Amino acid sequence: MSAPLLSVENLSISFPGDAGPVRVVDRVSLSIALGETLALVGESGSGKSMTALAIMRLVPKPGRIEPGGRVGFQGRQLLSLSVPDMRAVRGGGIGMIFQEPMTSLNPVTSVGDQVLEAIELHASLSRADARSRVIELFSLVGIPDAKRRFGAYPHQLSGGLKQRVMIAMAMAMRPRLLIADEPTTALDATIRAQILELLRDLSATTGTALLLITHDFGVVNEVADRVAVMYAGQIVEEGTRVELLGRPRHPYTQGLLRSIPKAETRGRRLDEIKGAVPAPGHWPSGCRFHPRCSNAFAPCPRVEPVRTAVSPTQAACCHLLDRSVQP
Amino acid sequence: MHWVSDIVVLLLILAAIGAWRHAGRDAFWRENAIELWRRRPFAIAVVGIYLLIALMDSIAWVDRASEAYALTSGKARTIIDRIFQPENFTEASYSAPLARVAFYGGQPLLHPGQHLLGTDLLGRDVVYRTLKGARVALLIGGLTSLVVIPIALLFGVSAGYFGRRIDDAVFFAMTVLASVPTLLLLIALIMVLGKGTVQVCVALGVTGWVHFCRIARGETLKLREADFVAAARALGVREGTIIRRHILPNIAHLVIITFALSFTALVLSETILSYLGIGLDGSWGQMIDQARNELSRTPVIWWNLAGASIALFTLVLAVNMIADALRDIVDPRTRREGR
Repeated sequence: MSAPLLSVENLSISFPGDAGPVRVVDRVSLSIALGETLALVGESGSGKSMTALAIMRLVPKPGRIEPGGRVGFQGRQLLSLSVPDMRAVRGGGIGMIFQEPMTSLNPVTSVGDQVLEAIELHASLSRADARSRVIELFSLVGIPDAKRRFGAYPHQLSGGLKQRVMIAMAMAMRPRLLIADEPTTALDATIRAQILELLRDLSATTGTALLLITHDFGVVNEVADRVAVMYAGQIVEEGTRVELLGRPRHPYTQGLLRSIPKAETRGRRLDEIKGAVPAPGHWPSGCRFHPRCSNAFAPCPRVEPVRTAVSPTQAACCHLLDRSVQP
Repeated sequence: MHWVSDIVVLLLILAAIGAWRHAGRDAFWRENAIELWRRRPFAIAVVGIYLLIALMDSIAWVDRASEAYALTSGKARTIIDRIFQPENFTEASYSAPLARVAFYGGQPLLHPGQHLLGTDLLGRDVVYRTLKGARVALLIGGLTSLVVIPIALLFGVSAGYFGRRIDDAVFFAMTVLASVPTLLLLIALIMVLGKGTVQVCVALGVTGWVHFCRIARGETLKLREADFVAAARALGVREGTIIRRHILPNIAHLVIITFALSFTALVLSETILSYLGIGLDGSWGQMIDQARNELSRTPVIWWNLAGASIALFTLVLAVNMIADALRDIVDPRTRREGR
């Protein structure tokens, strides 16, 4: 495999707390190849959205990216770029779409003008050219009657259409990477399928890599090439979709997959992972999952597990996989 | 300082022409302008008439016939002056509307039946004085709003958007201003600056920006965290552009409401200043203040008060009605569908 499009190494994010800084993302490393779709899966509060914001260098204040982390994108170190250079990367090299299409559009500007703004930021086109590019984008993301919708205001569009506008905006400058933070969470099930299909098609036709943040394995199954699972600010397992969905190795991933309702388990009580995700700053010692893990044994509360490869593409952080750890 | 108010009038006219041309080009504003006209034709016409009167009272020149007047009063004569010829159109003292004889004594008037709203103590025509008051009222409302809104927007939006030190500084200024009684501060400012149209407007502006600044700051604080601002940042939009394209348009309806409300509040508050004796010469407030004593006479002399009050009330009502309609139109969230 050639150099990845995006490589995140050792990324930590902390917020100031009452007793010193509190880490919400802890030494996360991940990489995305050209045109690849990586799904970042985890429960609420596991740090997946924060990781995405850190890639864009948009971590909300007073949070900060700790020194020592690296975010490489197309051979450039994003964390050390100047502010104007970083601004060019946002929207130009990396696009981002958000969870809430309802509130992610400016209510007092027509949607066409908002996408126009995205284009005019990064390219010097004439007004007419930019306008026709917007209409082209609208048809690309499947907005019917694109010409008429140019002048529409957000409140005149449905949630699904708004999310399409957001995608058009993020795709305006043909970014090499699109970060989608739970793009379908706020949408109806039928619309969700359409939006996922759109993202998959866009990725296939334009060669845009996709970092998809989700907590929904149904979404993962539909679009992801590879999957990374986050728990308590760390990546606990990663692998290809087939590997991870077919043969999960980390007890947390296994638990997540078991807790999805399936046709064959109908009528039986659904498996669940007992307990809740620990809050940042109150992470357990050793393996952070051990208080909720049914397989926990002696070293788990004491020693932090290391990343253990189980195949060239799959790896997990669990003592069960590490032959050097003796029970 | 007469020329300052002339410049303000000129600016207001230029702004109106600019807005007209802009509305002609931009479909959104053209639609809004048409919608506003459709909803409030009468109120717009009323404000237009006031503007016209104020304009007619602002255009002044000196020619041979008015040279003597210009020399004695130090003022060139305006169109309104030329229409009424005030130095020839006076009586000895009070006269009732359309009366043929004086109110006291019953002597025949110089201009019987021509004073539509009678004359005041000095025999001046009340219609003329009322019309002269329109310019003063529009100046107080307009000029002061033009002082207040930019200051309040600048401080409020930057405090809300950038926070931290700027916020602290703006808040300190607001707290200091708010802890001084407004009327006391007004009187002190007018004593320091001197009495005059511009001085009074500046004094009213300095004391009046705190309220709107607080609103602008709060709204900006809310909008700064809005998802569409985060989305704009993720697109690589500059901070200045975010403020211009995403924050300001979303508080535009507040600006318009504040402009209208503060406009009418200022016109009304001038009457209070007049009551305290620090109002503007020739204002409706002054007329109302002078009419106080006349109300206790028998038979009552009501036309002085009526002229000023009706003029004041009509203007305030019309501006409020326009503001109300504008708010509904400009803010698409409150705009009714399928109109």
